[in-house]
Amino acid sequence: MAGAAVLGRLTWLVAEVVDIVPETPRVKTIAFDVPEWRGHLPGQHVDVRLTAEDGYQAQRSYSIASAPDSTRVELTIERIGDGEVSPYLTDELRAGDQIELRGPVGGYFVWEPSRGGPLLLVAGGSGVVPLMAMVRHRAATGSDVDMRLLFSSRGWDDVIYRDELARLAGDSLAVVHTLTRSQPDGWTGYERRVDAEMLAEVGPSPAAGPHVYVCGPTPFVKTGAEALVGLGHDPQRIRTERFGPTGG
Amino acid sequence: MDALMLDGNAVAGLLQEVFAAEMTTAIGTCSGCGATDAVGAVHVFRGAGIVLRCPHCDNALMRIVSGNSRVWIDCRGLRALEVAL
Repeated sequence: MAGAAVLGRLTWLVAEVVDIVPETPRVKTIAFDVPEWRGHLPGQHVDVRLTAEDGYQAQRSYSIASAPDSTRVELTIERIGDGEVSPYLTDELRAGDQIELRGPVGGYFVWEPSRGGPLLLVAGGSGVVPLMAMVRHRAATGSDVDMRLLFSSRGWDDVIYRDELARLAGDSLAVVHTLTRSQPDGWTGYERRVDAEMLAEVGPSPAAGPHVYVCGPTPFVKTGAEALVGLGHDPQRIRTERFGPTGG
Repeated sequence: MDALMLDGNAVAGLLQEVFAAEMTTAIGTCSGCGATDAVGAVHVFRGAGIVLRCPHCDNALMRIVSGNSRVWIDCRGLRALEVAL
């Protein structure tokens, strides 16, 4: 399927920070240049390894946020307060710093234009990251596949990629937000957790046979996937990825 | 405990390191209930080690412990593993 991009033994690659962009108060995108990068598919991730001066190593897995683009790899990282790795990545890294990563890894939770559509993407919080790679790749390749993103965030200021999603939406890309905890004045959109009624309204219908990708915290994914199956979506076409609290 | 659950996507790197192949699209057959699932879709619990469980019957498919540059894998919960070459 992905050929050489995902096969073979993994080796740790040097990645140099080239750009850091704040997305929300708790989330930053860090762009790396990885000279030995062999390309990736939207939805794949990387393992990041940090090594302290005393040799202690910590490792975490992060989804790739960017569409395939030469040797540039962007990770969007939510700062977990008591985490071991994310505070370092979001607070301490500066342009020119180097870390180690390996990948791309994963092949189950991926989409590429040749797989076709329609597509229903369901994101909870930073679960939007691998789905954003799909949104971006669709735009970059000029695909006109029917893609719908249902994105659950706590408040308007917590919406990751908010402005870029607004720019990309239109034609055959629908972006629908639900804000579960606070809504700005005049908000007319959804203001509750994702449920079956919402999925039915946003969705392509099960009869259209959409590929469905659900990514978010474990309870979010469980609820969403069960609601989708209840609506009649084929379980074989629902792919899920869970973000656990151990991600820190 | 449920909130600590991840899925097979979370161990993609570890499994690729061991098997030198993309393993989240590999299809595993549970020795408990006979269900078949992509490794990316099975449940994963992280503690002192990593346990992959069948999403249908909760049977432990694989137990993985790593350290000292070695990895130990108990696969008794898997009847078969089908890997694309």
